[in-house]
Amino acid sequence: MLLAPLALLMGAPPANAVVLCLAQADQTGCVTGTVGNRANPVEGVDVTLLDADGVEVDSLTTEADGKFSFQVTEAGDYFVSVGELPDGLEVRPPAERFQGPDGSILVTVALGGSVSPDLNVRSVDFDAGGDSFGDQIIQSIAQGLRLGLLLALASVGLSLIYGTTGLSNFAHAEQVTLGGMVAYGLCNVAGINLWVGIVLTTLICGFSGFLQDFVMWKPLRKRGLGLTQMMIVTIGLSLAAQYAFQFFVGASQQKVVVRNFDVVELGPIRLTGMSFVAMGVALVAIAIVGYVLLYTRVGQATRAVSDNPALAAASGIDVDKIIRMVWVVAAGLAGLGGVFYALVVSNGIRWDTGMQILLLLFAAVTLGGLGTAFGAFVGAIIIGLVVELAGPLGAPGDLKYAVALVILIVLLMVRPQGLLGRAARVG
Amino acid sequence: MDTILSILNATLREAIAPNTAAVAIAVIGLNIHFGFTGLLNIGQAGYMLLGAYGMAISITYDIPLLFAVLIGFVVSFVFSLILGLPTLKLRGDYLAIVTISAAEIVRYSGRLAAFEDFTGGSQGIFGKDYQGPFISLSFLGSGRLTLLEFNYTDVADGARWVQVLGLIALIGAIVGAVLLLKSLKSSGGAVLAPTSSTVRSALVAAALVLGAILTVVVPAYADRDTATDIFSRVVAFVIFTSIVLAVLFGGQAAYAAWKTSKGRKAVLAGALIIFAVLAIFFTFPKTYDRTGVDGWWVRMIAWFIVGLSCAVVFLLVRSPWGRLLRGVREDEDAMRSLGKNVFAIKMQALIIGGMFGSLGGMVYVLTGTVQADSMGRSLTFFAYTALLLGGAATIFGPVLGTIIFFSARILIREASGAYIPDAIMTNSQTEQFSYVVVGVGLMLLVIFRPQGILGNKRELRFNV
Repeated sequence: MLLAPLALLMGAPPANAVVLCLAQADQTGCVTGTVGNRANPVEGVDVTLLDADGVEVDSLTTEADGKFSFQVTEAGDYFVSVGELPDGLEVRPPAERFQGPDGSILVTVALGGSVSPDLNVRSVDFDAGGDSFGDQIIQSIAQGLRLGLLLALASVGLSLIYGTTGLSNFAHAEQVTLGGMVAYGLCNVAGINLWVGIVLTTLICGFSGFLQDFVMWKPLRKRGLGLTQMMIVTIGLSLAAQYAFQFFVGASQQKVVVRNFDVVELGPIRLTGMSFVAMGVALVAIAIVGYVLLYTRVGQATRAVSDNPALAAASGIDVDKIIRMVWVVAAGLAGLGGVFYALVVSNGIRWDTGMQILLLLFAAVTLGGLGTAFGAFVGAIIIGLVVELAGPLGAPGDLKYAVALVILIVLLMVRPQGLLGRAARVG
Repeated sequence: MDTILSILNATLREAIAPNTAAVAIAVIGLNIHFGFTGLLNIGQAGYMLLGAYGMAISITYDIPLLFAVLIGFVVSFVFSLILGLPTLKLRGDYLAIVTISAAEIVRYSGRLAAFEDFTGGSQGIFGKDYQGPFISLSFLGSGRLTLLEFNYTDVADGARWVQVLGLIALIGAIVGAVLLLKSLKSSGGAVLAPTSSTVRSALVAAALVLGAILTVVVPAYADRDTATDIFSRVVAFVIFTSIVLAVLFGGQAAYAAWKTSKGRKAVLAGALIIFAVLAIFFTFPKTYDRTGVDGWWVRMIAWFIVGLSCAVVFLLVRSPWGRLLRGVREDEDAMRSLGKNVFAIKMQALIIGGMFGSLGGMVYVLTGTVQADSMGRSLTFFAYTALLLGGAATIFGPVLGTIIFFSARILIREASGAYIPDAIMTNSQTEQFSYVVVGVGLMLLVIFRPQGILGNKRELRFNV
């Protein structure tokens, strides 16, 4: 056994064969790896090992298993350079600290050990890799509209609640989660048809709004509890609800339906068919709310309460009834948004799904102008677009959410009443 | 009985944990924002995170501890300016939304892979990378220490009945103190007689001398090898002098108060509280390393900072400036008509409260890692619960509230783990159950007792 590595060292290995490298303490070190991965190795790729000065040490061509292996006798930094890959594949740029000259990958070899370079192969059209920049932007705009419409479902309700009662409802995000959770229970656990389930979920969530107002908010209004105190009550409610979700459903992500939806391609846009349905439903629901607000007596009354509750009450409007209706509609819309969000955006529902978009909801509502339903709609679309466009325009990872919040802060400096708000409402 | 005792033991462990003290410091800051000034800051966890990052990153770049702490403060100062400038002229909700957003931005950025060299990404900065300078300041020596050293195991060979007796004495002392304080409060409270300036300077001088003597003597007693460092001596001197000062002023106040009947009640209540603390540690002695990463040293410093913060807040809110804060909380327009710059007052309150927040964050990470997700929104919400529980706009409310909040959660978790069968609630569910209780508790508290345990309802019309 001891002689085997020595023998390898003596007889130079044929360039084309993959030789098992065995590292020997204080004498040899190995650089090994696979082009592609074990399931999809890439054959016929030239792999070259360069030393720290860029001088070639060894090279070979991968065989069917995609493996390569080099042996070195000196510890130190080496670079692995990968030659031309078959069409449609590319080397994913390694982490910054492993980047060597000309796209090579840095490895640091110690004698007596074996190291693998940070080498990953991906298909060229993987993720954003291959699409032209314009296509990426168009795809992101489509995703942004989708996110924006779903955010709008929740934020219109949030804004209506704020308008009629003055309450910033921190538990609104949990209404969104509730929608996903109820749908998960109905469609996945109980096996009800998805469309029936969505309708039922909306109704159940609307009822949860009714119940909340009946049991909690109306008595609290009657008690004359201050708005700040009510806001802290919503914080408590949100905390309790989050952990209640965990208590009953667990901490892992649950799918509303097990099957996957087919992808529909519209030019450069690729979204699941369900996404288009979700966008359509959201648009219709918001249009209905808008119509009711603008052209019906109930809507007029809601806007009157929003403007001045005392005056509205004095002119014969049943303020409590209006507020209750607002709670029902808001909770129902949030639930509907939650189902679709779980179906098409987050690919499942978890106890903190709502919490993750709470700030986006607040950003949308504030951006449009606190308390204005149409402002919330416009704000939600903008926030959705900003979040989805931030990625391809250079904001890494979770920072895309932060971009939306930065916009919010900047806006407050310039136009605190929001885009559609009136200056008189503020300060 | 054994189960009950072990549950109480776990509860106490949480109550004196450094993290509890750290959150208490942050809640003291939040009290300046929300309790005294009426600023709805929902981003206190962001301040904590910034303070922790400021200190830890500085230390990893070999900046001395003192300057690292200062850098943490400067970061939080800048953060306050950024938050305050756009929002403090607007209605309160805007500050709420902006602070919670900004805290989330800080958290997202801390987790970002792009900043991994500084913040360690989502892994965070490991404790060993920044704890060293703090631990080397310790003058407590090495080895382990049990508090109290004289405890139930020394009486009748630690028989169960001794512990039960200690528990009964403890409950009796707490009940007695509460009853006394309640009767005091209903009769208008005891008025502290002002101390003459001669007495005051004499006490301060005595404290300085005693503190210096203790600084020399105590490290010798603890058979030291680390306390040779000059900074360690300075820290020891500050701590000993403060403790002596507190004892002397407390004793003097008790002596003066003893002359009236109300004063006697107050002194008695104070004595009962001290007795209760002793009874707690007699019944549930705690053993930790003297110095170590998670030992008495970090606990001592953490709770010392809590006490110091309380003293600072006491002096601040008693000053004319403190009255300005309350004025802003009660009626901004009235303050403006008196020619006060409301914006500046709010900004000062935001900055000072934020500094307490970042100080809390620095203490929070002393025993663990600086990890962005450990200081997220939930922590801010817990801080609010603790503040409202103890009583906003009071001096000791934040501390009492935090201790009760953290220990009650452990109590609920352990008790439901021990007594609720697994079929109804599994072990992981008891954890979540305890948080559900916290959330519901926060709601009920705000609705039915917004002034908390210590607060004054008249002072708490906290509307923005």
